[in-house]
Amino acid sequence: MTNIPVEAIAVKTPQPLPGAPDNWKRFFSFSTDHKVIGIQYLVTSFIFFLIGGFFAMIIRGELITPEADLVDRTIYNAMFTMHGTVMLFLWMFPSLVGLANYLVPLMIGARDMAFPRLNAAAFWMVPVVGILLMASFFVPGGPSQSGWWAYPPVSLQNPTGNLVNGQFLWLLAVAVSGVSSIMGAVNFVTTIVMMRAPGMTYFRMPAYVWTVLSAQIIQLYGLPALTAGAVMLLMDLTFGTSFFDPAKGGSPVLFQHFFWFYSHPAVYVIILPIFGVFSEIFPVFARKPLFGYKVVAISSIVITILSGTVWVHHMFASGTPGWMRMIFMFSTMAIAVPTGVKVFAWVATLWGGKLRLTTPMLFALGALLMFVFSGITGIMLASVPIDIHVNNTYFVVGHFHYVIFGAATMGMYAAIYHWFPKMTGRMYNEGLGQLHFWLTLIGANLNFFPMHPLGLMGMPRRVASYDPEFAFWNVLASIGAFLLGMSTLPFILNIVGSWVQGKKAPDNPWRAIGLEWLVSSPPPVENFEEIPVVVAEPYGYGKNEPLVENGKVIAATEI
Amino acid sequence: MKLRTIFTLLVVAIALGLVSFWVGQQSYSWLPPQASAESKLVDNLFSFLVTLGTFIFLGVTVAVLYTVLVHRVGRYDMSDGPPIEGNVTLEVVWTVIPVLLVVWIAVYSYQTYDRMAVHGPMELVHLHNPMGMEPAYAANLEGGEVVEPIEVHSRQWAWEFRYPEQNVTSAELHLPVDRRVRLALQSEDVIHGFYIPAFRLKQDIIPGKTIDFEFTPIREGIYRLRDSQYSGTYFAAMQTDVVVQSPAEYQQWLAQAASQPPQSSANRADYEYKLAAKKRINAGWKSVPPAPAPVVNYPAQDGRA
Repeated sequence: MTNIPVEAIAVKTPQPLPGAPDNWKRFFSFSTDHKVIGIQYLVTSFIFFLIGGFFAMIIRGELITPEADLVDRTIYNAMFTMHGTVMLFLWMFPSLVGLANYLVPLMIGARDMAFPRLNAAAFWMVPVVGILLMASFFVPGGPSQSGWWAYPPVSLQNPTGNLVNGQFLWLLAVAVSGVSSIMGAVNFVTTIVMMRAPGMTYFRMPAYVWTVLSAQIIQLYGLPALTAGAVMLLMDLTFGTSFFDPAKGGSPVLFQHFFWFYSHPAVYVIILPIFGVFSEIFPVFARKPLFGYKVVAISSIVITILSGTVWVHHMFASGTPGWMRMIFMFSTMAIAVPTGVKVFAWVATLWGGKLRLTTPMLFALGALLMFVFSGITGIMLASVPIDIHVNNTYFVVGHFHYVIFGAATMGMYAAIYHWFPKMTGRMYNEGLGQLHFWLTLIGANLNFFPMHPLGLMGMPRRVASYDPEFAFWNVLASIGAFLLGMSTLPFILNIVGSWVQGKKAPDNPWRAIGLEWLVSSPPPVENFEEIPVVVAEPYGYGKNEPLVENGKVIAATEI
Repeated sequence: MKLRTIFTLLVVAIALGLVSFWVGQQSYSWLPPQASAESKLVDNLFSFLVTLGTFIFLGVTVAVLYTVLVHRVGRYDMSDGPPIEGNVTLEVVWTVIPVLLVVWIAVYSYQTYDRMAVHGPMELVHLHNPMGMEPAYAANLEGGEVVEPIEVHSRQWAWEFRYPEQNVTSAELHLPVDRRVRLALQSEDVIHGFYIPAFRLKQDIIPGKTIDFEFTPIREGIYRLRDSQYSGTYFAAMQTDVVVQSPAEYQQWLAQAASQPPQSSANRADYEYKLAAKKRINAGWKSVPPAPAPVVNYPAQDGRA
C-alpha cells in the first residue's frame, strides 16, 4: 500500500473540465467536482440548520412558561420531532459529509473522490429528503409527531387514517437519507483506501482523514439496520404488517434495537470527524506536532469498533432484562478510554505551544471543553442506576446538546473558519468571528446547562407543559436559546460578506502543514497539477522538514 | 521533573480534590427528596461520580486555560513550539488510569443496581443473584412484609391503580411507608414510562406484557408520578400524585376508598381534547382521541389535573 505508482494516477485532464461552468452557476448544477459538492452540502445543510434552529426557538418559546399556551400540543410535538430530524439528518450528517468531501481528496493528494457521479447523486438526495420532510407540513394530520426515534406503537397510530401522512413521509425521508449516506460511505472508504498520493501511507494521513475513515466504516455497518427498521415500520404503518405492533403480536422493543444499533454509533459518525478537526486545528495554532499522533489515529478505529457494542444504553429503562443492562453498561464505559486518550493528547498538544487565538482556535477550544463536560455526563448516563433516574429526562437532552451543539456544531464552525480561506480564496473578518464565538459560547451554555438540573429534578423530555417548580431553569434555557439564535447573525454576515468582498487569501494563511495548503486558494479544478509525493508524517511543526518531495519547508520564520 | 514542579502539581491536585469533594457533597441537593430506599443508593453513586467528574473536568479546564493564558504568542512571533511528538510513559499512564477508573465506576454501579433489585422486565436469569447481596429494603424494615402486587394500568393519557385484595381502584397511587411494594405494570395502548423522580425509579411499560417492579418507599409525603416515555399528544399531562402514608393511614385510606362508589376522575387530556373539539377553528393537527377519564373509587385530588 505504501508506494502507489505515480503513472497510475497522473492522467492529466485539461482544466477546467470541458463543459463545466466555472462561475457561481456550478453550485446549482450536477457537478462532479468534490469541492463543488462539498460546498453544496455545506450550504444546503446550513439552510436546514437555520430551519431546525427556528423550530428550536418555537420549542423554547413554549417552554418559557409551565402551561402549554404558545402552540397547540400537536404542533409542539411536531416541532420537537422535526427539530431533531432536521438537525441530525439535514444538518449534522450532510454538513460533515460536505466538509469531508471538500477536504479528503485534497488532504490525501487525490484529484477527486473515487466515484464522482455517485458523489453528486448522493448529494442531490439531500434536497429530496428536505423536500419530503417539509412537505409533511402540508399533508392531513401534519408532520410526524412521534419524535425522531419514531418508536412504535405511537408512530403507528396515524389519527387521520390517510395513506400519505406525516409519519409516512418521515420514514421515506429517513430511508432516502440512509441510502444517500451509504453511497457516500462507499465512496469515502474507497477513496481513502485506494487514492492516496505516493508516499501517503496510512500513518502519514492527517488525523482528520483517519476520523473520516472511522466514521464512514460505521455508516457502512450501522445504517443498514436503521434503514431495514425504517422499511419494516413503513410496512407496518402502510400495509398493515405487524413487525412492531404489539396488538398484532409484533415487538415494539425490537424496533428500538434496530433503531439504536445505528443511531448510537451515529453519534460517533458525527463526533469522530470533529475530533479530526480538533487534531488539525490545535497543532496549527499551537505550532506543535499533534501529541501521540499514532495513538490518536488508532483511537478512532478503536472507537469505531466499540461503538457497535453499546446501543442498549439507550434502553436501560426499556423492556430490557438486568443482565443486558449490566453488559452494555460495561461496554459503554469502555468507550471513555480511547476518547479520554484523545482529550489528553489535545491538551498535551496545546501545552507549552505558541498559541494564537484566532476564531477557529477559539471555537475548537470552546468545543473541546464542552465535549469534556458532555463526556462526564455521558459516563453518568452509562451507569445504569443513575440512568434509571435521568433516562428520558432533560439531563439527557442537556448531555447530547453539549455533544451535538457544544462539541460538534462548534467544531464545525471551527472547521468552516479554518478552511474558509482555502474554499473561497477570501479571508473572513476576525472581529465578527470573535463576536460570533462569544455569543455562541455564552448562548450554548445558558441554553443547555440548565437542562441538567431540570433532568436531575425529574422533568421528562418532550413535554409541552410542566410543573411550576421547573420554571426557573426553563426561563434561563429559553433566554439562552434566543441568544444562540441571534449568534448566527454575525456568522452569516461574516461568511456572505467575506465571500463577496473579503480580503484575498494567500495559499497558506495559517502557515499550516498539509497537502491542501500547498495548492492555490481556492484550489484548481483537479486539485493538483502534479500529484505530490509525500515524504514526511503530518504535523511537522518545529521540525523544519518538507512534507512533499521537492517541497519547501513551511519555515518557522516565514510570514 | 523538578521538585518545584512536582510540588506545584501536588498543590493544584489537592486544591482541585477539595473543590471536587465539596461539589460532590452539594450534588445531593440537586436531586428531589430521598423518598425510597433505592434513592439513597442512587444518590451515593451519583455523588461519587460528580466528585470524580468535577475533578477531571476542572483538571482539563485548568490545564487548557493555563496554557491559553500563559503560552500565547505576540502578533509578530512566528516561531514554532517545541516539536514534541509524544511521550510513551505519559501515554501509558493516561490510558491505564481511565481504564482503572472505568472499572471502578462500573463495578460500583453494578453493585448499586444489584442492591436496588427492582426486578423490571426480567427473564429466568434473575432468579439467581450473582453478587449475593441483600436488597436495599432489608436494612430498615421491621416486619419485612411485602405489599401484594398493585396493578398499574396506563393508557393514553391516564394512570389507574387497582388494589386487587380490596378491589379498590384509584387515580392516585397510595403506598405504605417502609414496606416493600410490588407493582404489576401494564399498558393498554402505547409504551408509557413509570417514573417517580423522588424514588429515582423508572420503567417503560411495554404493551402486551406485565412487568413486575418493586421498591421501598421510606418517607411519607406526596410525590409526582410522570409518564417518562413519549406517548403522543397529551403525553406531558399524564401525571398523578403518589401518596406515601403510614401503614395505619394507608389501611384507613383503602377502607374508605372501598366504601366509595366508582366515579369519574378529572383528567387533563380528556378535558383539553373536549375543549379543543368545541372550538370552531382547530389550532393544531388531528390527535388520537384520549381514553375516557378513568372511573375509580378514589379520583385524583391533585387539583393540577
